[in-house]
Amino acid sequence: MQISGAQMVIEALIAEDVDTVFGYPGGAIMNVYDEIYKQDKFKHILTRHEQAAVHAAEGYSKASGKVGVALITSGPGFTNAVTGLADAYMDSIPLVVISGQVPMSLIGTDAFQEIDAVGISRSCTKHNYLVTNASDLPRVLKEAFHIAASGRPGPVHVDIPKDVTAEIAEFDYSIEVDLETYKPNVKGNPRQIKKAIAAIAKAKRPLFYIGGGVINANAGYEVRELVKRTGIPAVETFMARGVLSHDDELLVGMLGMHGSYASNMAMSETDLVIGLGARFDDRVTGKLSEFAKNAGVIHVDIDPASISKLVNADYPIVGDVKNVVKEMLEISSSINPAKYESWRETVTNFAELHPLFYHEDTDRIKPQWVIERVGELLGDGANISTDVGQHQMWTAQFYPFSRPRQFISSGGLGTMGFGFPAAMGVKAASPDKISINFTGDGSILMNCQELMTAVEQKLPVINIILNNNYLGMVRQWQTLFYDKRHSETDLSVQPDFVLLAEAFGGIGYRVTTKEEFDAALKDAIEKNIVAFIDVVVERLENVMPMVPSGGSLFNMMLLEKKEK
Amino acid sequence: MTENSERRVVSVIVVNEASVLSRITDLFSGRGYNITSLTVAPIPESKYSRLTIVTSGSVRVIEQITKQLHKLVPVLKVYEHADLVEKEMALMKFPITENISDIAAMCLAYNGNIVNVGENIFIAMIADEPKRVDNFLKMIKRYNPKEIVRSGAVALER
Ligand SMILES: Cc1ncc(C[n+]2csc(CCOP(=O)(O)OP(=O)(O)O)c2C)c(N)n1
Ligand SMILES: [Mg+2]
Repeated sequence: MQISGAQMVIEALIAEDVDTVFGYPGGAIMNVYDEIYKQDKFKHILTRHEQAAVHAAEGYSKASGKVGVALITSGPGFTNAVTGLADAYMDSIPLVVISGQVPMSLIGTDAFQEIDAVGISRSCTKHNYLVTNASDLPRVLKEAFHIAASGRPGPVHVDIPKDVTAEIAEFDYSIEVDLETYKPNVKGNPRQIKKAIAAIAKAKRPLFYIGGGVINANAGYEVRELVKRTGIPAVETFMARGVLSHDDELLVGMLGMHGSYASNMAMSETDLVIGLGARFDDRVTGKLSEFAKNAGVIHVDIDPASISKLVNADYPIVGDVKNVVKEMLEISSSINPAKYESWRETVTNFAELHPLFYHEDTDRIKPQWVIERVGELLGDGANISTDVGQHQMWTAQFYPFSRPRQFISSGGLGTMGFGFPAAMGVKAASPDKISINFTGDGSILMNCQELMTAVEQKLPVINIILNNNYLGMVRQWQTLFYDKRHSETDLSVQPDFVLLAEAFGGIGYRVTTKEEFDAALKDAIEKNIVAFIDVVVERLENVMPMVPSGGSLFNMMLLEKKEK
Repeated sequence: MTENSERRVVSVIVVNEASVLSRITDLFSGRGYNITSLTVAPIPESKYSRLTIVTSGSVRVIEQITKQLHKLVPVLKVYEHADLVEKEMALMKFPITENISDIAAMCLAYNGNIVNVGENIFIAMIADEPKRVDNFLKMIKRYNPKEIVRSGAVALER
């Protein structure tokens, strides 16, 4: 059929089964917006900032497992979106981000709202395209969705000049994606898998090291099976929270900089690391030369470049972790869970020696309490997003996650301002669950304009601001490593968050006691509109335990236990 | 970081398409890898081009370079050469007053010749292994070359 480039974009999105698009119009993308106006097959959500459109698409994708889609204009529209692209790239989130560009004839002339978009996005996308002919669009869009979702997922950026969106050409979306140069290896090498199983059977103190790749690959169920079947303790990365349920006896906890003592000690004492979709990030490993020093390493990952990048893998297995774990399960009979009994005891002892805890000893609410409390009240019934800072780490530590895709947070890039728009995307994808965003008094201001979107689109995100009047995480480092010189981190001057929420038509609460908090949460859920719950928390609380940057996992700063 | 840095030649076969070269050079600069030299030309009668990149780094870095290159969507193949034939061309411009027959004789020993003679200058060419090109260029310093241009290495596996 002969249609315009703009119509092709619409037809391709429909063919890709997209039900929600996040975006913001402007000159160069107007032809596409004109076609959006004419159709009713998918919903368009107008965010109030392009960065928020991309974060919302990320939240949507993370909660649903589908490819997230964002639509933006050229120049400033695109540059506003770059943080979102970078965030999705670092956390391997499949997105297709479509931007308008100045007409072909003006490219290179410093035209109004011209910027070399593909030049900018090249280093923060999995792939990108500048489409110069409408006849290329069907292929490019099909490839974009394929590349975003396959292999190690990631964002793909498609830049379309305005005249290309007006150009008429043949549209046939039944074409097959034929990329000779892009063929991700999804099936793990069976011989390597066999060797890995033999190594596990031989090991005395093996440890599962579970990463976010398990969630991307929808392999949570298979991994739960494998852990149960083998009786081997497991640690999760920040990105993997929820793969194992919080009440799984074999889950030791989260490892890394703010991981639990038991997890980090288990990693330091293990003789065989079984890495599944994890990438040995520096926030996880601490000092590399001391990381799992006496252990062999099995590393399953879809991305060959992640294997032996930082830690040498003795058993590298390139493949989709779901396929590989399924195969492991099939041939796991040589593994005897009873063999690891004393190792499990050792790990339990670590946990008993230094459990994860906090002190309840001030008049003010402790931030950790808020998170635990929401966990008690809502548990599995909520999806949990976060912004970036102390509140984010406390959420990862103290929320009782029970399923994959329940926890949505910016891990790799650590983007303040991610949480609220992401939580809107989560709500759009998963309307039956309550969408909570744990945020900070710093972070929330980085995308608070989204109150308007949430009101308009009826996306009742509950933002719980753990208000410490500080850029808390930076303040913590200043306290610990800069001799308490709290340079530019004091946020004593603040907006009235209640009025702020209400100015947009949302609802706001200011909370100073536990009773008030319970009441506010209950009321926000009942009112079912976007809310800010501004919780006044202890100002100088630190995230503990902690591996100081560059330190070894077994050398943690621990919270002192108080004598009763 | 303290591991030994080695010179390595990597060949990359890529689809001929817009901005494929920037994808490669961005990858090197973005990840802090070195490029000593880079040559690129289309492979005859195909939709591909071949790049020859001379780089240096530890074994781990070189392994990462090849893996990261491979991840780029338009990259078909990456060869990290061990046993290879390597050639590089150099062009040199001399004042006409220099001893042209001496220079011509030396060029011959390096697969080269005098390729152009003008009113005030003449141009000589050689094509040889990069190491030998280095030596040659040192040697001809005394003939006061006005300009020297090197092509960067191309290589084929033996
Ligand atoms: C966009 C951006 N700018 C700066 C930072 C550096 N940073 C990390 S945490 C943090 C403080 C966040 O403060 P707040 O949102 O109040 O959270 P808290 O740590 O107090 O819980 C800052 C500034 C960042 N991660 N992202
Ligand atoms: Mg704060």
